[in-house]
Amino acid sequence: MQNKIAAAENPIFGDSSMKKSTVGAAGALVGLVNVLLGAGGGILAVPILKKCGLTQKQAQANAVAVILPLTIISFIIYIKKQYVNFFDSLWIIPFAVLGALVGTFVFRKLSSSVLKRIFGVFMIWAGVRMLWKL
Amino acid sequence: MGRCEDAVEAVNFWDILAVILSAAISAMGLGGGGVLILYLTLIKSVPQLEAQGINLLFFIPCAVAAVFVYAKRRVLQPKIILPMVLGGLVGVAAGSFLLYKIDTKYISILFACFLIVVGSITLFGKSKKA
Repeated sequence: MQNKIAAAENPIFGDSSMKKSTVGAAGALVGLVNVLLGAGGGILAVPILKKCGLTQKQAQANAVAVILPLTIISFIIYIKKQYVNFFDSLWIIPFAVLGALVGTFVFRKLSSSVLKRIFGVFMIWAGVRMLWKL
Repeated sequence: MGRCEDAVEAVNFWDILAVILSAAISAMGLGGGGVLILYLTLIKSVPQLEAQGINLLFFIPCAVAAVFVYAKRRVLQPKIILPMVLGGLVGVAAGSFLLYKIDTKYISILFACFLIVVGSITLFGKSKKA
């Protein structure tokens, strides 16, 4: 009984199959993908966090907290290596925040399996098109 | 080689709309954060690494706001987050080394494969409920 309570409060030490070292190694993969692709860390982090015993919503929330510091450091590296100009890119911030609000409060109501399917097809098509152009 | 000498031209209405839509789509949990990179590379012909850098900046303000909200709701689990971030720092260090070594063409191939994987997960994955 006590073990079950401990598992609920501290999923990583509970009935989770993940050890701290494994979580660290998984984090390394998340960081590697995030800096190499400039995206994709979150989609990797969520299933790893679920393996730690978190629910889907908890995993999504914690994934953002994992990715944020890694993204800030990755962005600093991109600036240092002159892949991107910080001041030229600043215009994006207010519109990104506006878009996130629209997505959270307006588009979420439109979310459906049909929309997901259309978007899935679009992503696959875009990936194939990119490979074709290279 | 993907550096930002060819800086993004003057920002126009479509750029702003693309940023708003990309953020909205990401907030819905679709696209794995790659939508803006697609717009920048395929429509605006921005070099792959510059597009990736812009996408990293694009994520930061939304994530700061989200983390603030999650922290207030006490959803965050520092015992899991900390080892993952520490491991992630090693991954970022290794990745930044690879960024210098790997030709941008291979980064683009990796990104295209990432899109196909994310698209397949979105298309065939189970619907996610808490």
